[in-house]
Amino acid sequence: MKRVLPGFGLSLGITLVYLGLLVLLPLSGLVFKSSALSFAQWWDIATGERALASLRVTFGASLLAATINAVFGLIVAWVLVRYSFPGKRLVDSLVDLPFALPTAVAGITLATLYAGNGWVGRYLEPLGIKVAFTPLGIVVALTFIGLPFVVRTLQPVIEDIEPEVEEAAATLGASRAQTFFRVLLPGIFPALLTGFTLAFSRAVGEYGSVIFIAGNMPLVSEITPLLIISKLEQYDIVGATALALLMLIISFLLLLGVNALQWWAAHRHHRLNGGAL
Amino acid sequence: MSTSSPRRANAEPRWLRLTLTAVALGFLGLFLALPLVAVFTEALRSGWDNYLTALADREALAAIRLTVFIAVFVLPFNIAVGVAAAWAIAKFDFRGKSLLITLIDLPFAVSPVVVGLVFLMIFGAQGLLGPWLSAHEIKVVFALPGMILVTLFITFPFVARELIPLMQAQGKDEEEAAISLGATGWQMFFRVTLPNIKWGLLYGVILANARAMGEFGAVSVVSGHIRGETNTLPLHVEILYNEYNAVGSFAAASVLALLALVTLVAKTLVEWRMRRETEMLAATLAPEATGTSTGNRS
Repeated sequence: MKRVLPGFGLSLGITLVYLGLLVLLPLSGLVFKSSALSFAQWWDIATGERALASLRVTFGASLLAATINAVFGLIVAWVLVRYSFPGKRLVDSLVDLPFALPTAVAGITLATLYAGNGWVGRYLEPLGIKVAFTPLGIVVALTFIGLPFVVRTLQPVIEDIEPEVEEAAATLGASRAQTFFRVLLPGIFPALLTGFTLAFSRAVGEYGSVIFIAGNMPLVSEITPLLIISKLEQYDIVGATALALLMLIISFLLLLGVNALQWWAAHRHHRLNGGAL
Repeated sequence: MSTSSPRRANAEPRWLRLTLTAVALGFLGLFLALPLVAVFTEALRSGWDNYLTALADREALAAIRLTVFIAVFVLPFNIAVGVAAAWAIAKFDFRGKSLLITLIDLPFAVSPVVVGLVFLMIFGAQGLLGPWLSAHEIKVVFALPGMILVTLFITFPFVARELIPLMQAQGKDEEEAAISLGATGWQMFFRVTLPNIKWGLLYGVILANARAMGEFGAVSVVSGHIRGETNTLPLHVEILYNEYNAVGSFAAASVLALLALVTLVAKTLVEWRMRRETEMLAATLAPEATGTSTGNRS
């Protein structure tokens, strides 16, 4: 088929050159830089005591935050799509705040709120719950950062649920809980998992909002991005590069995972709708 | 009422609806509204005078200027490349298209700290180009060019991501009609394509701008934190906070929070506008639906 529209070569050319020079070349520079290390040396750095502890903190807190976001994000998305209450549009716009608010601002604000004398911290501290300057603080910051992902991924999917699906289940005698957990939830599950993975992958790389509230104690509340920075500040370029390469590989795998999930969600959605007809 | 009565048979009981709404609002209140209120309360804690003095500080003003400069410099690149990428991906079929889309997403997935480090590894003193750059006395990292480069990297996906689905949905009929009627490529672009995508483009630019002005991790690594020179507003917030200057830090933070609010409002307005246009488009395209839509309009 002959192309009628002009500009294919130009637009693709601009895209590829820009992407190559700005993104791919610099990233391969990192890979090239760390090729000075043997795999064994790289492994030693990545599994050193402090690095391993930071990975545990980073992934543990990210997993917990993404789970909190999955549970509450599902409730928020459901309420925003299905129910009406005064001020709903305002609340809906506010959901994107973590995308719009610079991470450093979020960081100092959460640290102030959850410190012992802060608005929230003063009620938690007497209960023996310390949030600021502990790993729990990291979870709070990462929950804030990841909040919009689950809500925004789920909203269009919940909007698209055909009313017939629920009606059929109700007509066949299912209780509301059965309808939700056995009919609706399986339908929106791929989107829920996509939102969870997006929130998780954002959390793993997050730096700005975490460092203010974390306390940054090595082995306890030090995240991997911060460890990279402190290695850099001690002129341990090799160590910083090795950890950065590890993070890069992990984020690439997560990106592929998100793509696979979105593909799954799209096909499943298609199949369900096709099946309903 | 009209929406709730047909759903009654398959809606949650009232107590559950109220509970879920309360849980959702409580969660959003604790995690979103409270921090937003806290930024402004902390900034104004010791009165308007101190707040304004903190903002009029020479270093604070320099930081604001630098932040705005970087965003203004970066956005035209985002627009040009974003539109080009969306044009190629949405209007043409070629091999490796889904790989290209994944690669465009890549800057979202990489940790900001890693982004900063990557540019340090290339342009820094010990970087790949370091010796050549220092021989020619060109400073990239710990200077403005490095900060611009990382911001370009970080904000690359926003415009393209917004435009690709929009331009795919619009199809290519209108452009093909323009070309077959004898329009040149640029005439087609400025008279047909651009008017069609202007709100989507604006949406992408708003998001890219918020990220460009607010970026912290990546810029922090390559800035070198030279006061009054390579300090952006988010970095200024950090420095003052670490010096226990809470008022100054939150005053600078409040400017960024205000930017976030403006971003949210602009984003919401553009969303409404885009939804209106899609609805109008759908009404004109489906002849059987025009009866109701003209009825609404008159």
